[in-house]
Amino acid sequence: MITLEHYLFLGSIIFTLGVLGIFLNKKNLIIILMSIELILLSVNINFIAFSAYINDISGQIFAMLTLTVAAAEAAIGLAILVVFFRNLGSIEVNKINQLKG
Amino acid sequence: MVLYSLTFYLFSSVAVLSALMVISAKNPVHSVLFLILSFVNASGLFVLLGAEFLAMILVVVYVGAVAVLFLFVVMMLDINFVKLREGFLQYLPFGALLGIVLVIELGILFLTDRSSNIYNNQTPLQPIVNEVENTKMIGQILYTEYFYLFQICGIILLVAMIGSITLTLRDKGGVKRQNIDSQNTVDASTAIEKKKVKIGEGI
Repeated sequence: MITLEHYLFLGSIIFTLGVLGIFLNKKNLIIILMSIELILLSVNINFIAFSAYINDISGQIFAMLTLTVAAAEAAIGLAILVVFFRNLGSIEVNKINQLKG
Repeated sequence: MVLYSLTFYLFSSVAVLSALMVISAKNPVHSVLFLILSFVNASGLFVLLGAEFLAMILVVVYVGAVAVLFLFVVMMLDINFVKLREGFLQYLPFGALLGIVLVIELGILFLTDRSSNIYNNQTPLQPIVNEVENTKMIGQILYTEYFYLFQICGIILLVAMIGSITLTLRDKGGVKRQNIDSQNTVDASTAIEKKKVKIGEGI
């Protein structure tokens, strides 16, 4: 019998893998963006699992909002990456220091 | 019910394994392909939960658009990926420790007693079978109760589109373009110039 906890645990494992991906691939901006996508996917899994088990459709609407934000974030992130590569010839994250922040 | 459990475990294990491969694959192209696999399995889970519309949206938006965008960028840029993997093993112990702590903490949250919670009082329906199908239900609530949210989604996408276009647009020099304003404001006094040409000479 699959309960809500199963889905929540799956979501948390995928979330952890996403966070781990940011830590392990500290230099590769593309993998970091993909890890963010994984994190947002786990958020979506949580939203839809709660929506199904509480029997309220609102969760699916918010999952849609997350999907929209994720798509927008991917588009802008990749655009910044392309501009960055054009300027520096590399996508190493530790080279992003032109603002001296 | 057994079939439901088996399907859940199949989809979720493949999703977790491919998520693991996303962050550990040597080649970023493989990473993107595993990301696609992970998303397809997640959409299978959404079908199990009765959210068919979002499952299909996930396949169309992620596999069809976002993942292909990632693939384009990975293949378009000439990047030395071997150099980028330096430090992977260096951060592995720390990252693994952090991940284990995070999973344990999240797991403890689920194991605590929540007998007073809203969803514990109801018997979970799996999957929820309604008289109204999923897409119709979403449509009924999305364009009435959540109408402003729907509009904000559109604005977010518009801003993202304009932002990424302006970021990547490059103005190349030396391109001749039509100037419609100056063409339209031409009249006889400015377009024609009278010159006296001496006989036997040019201008």
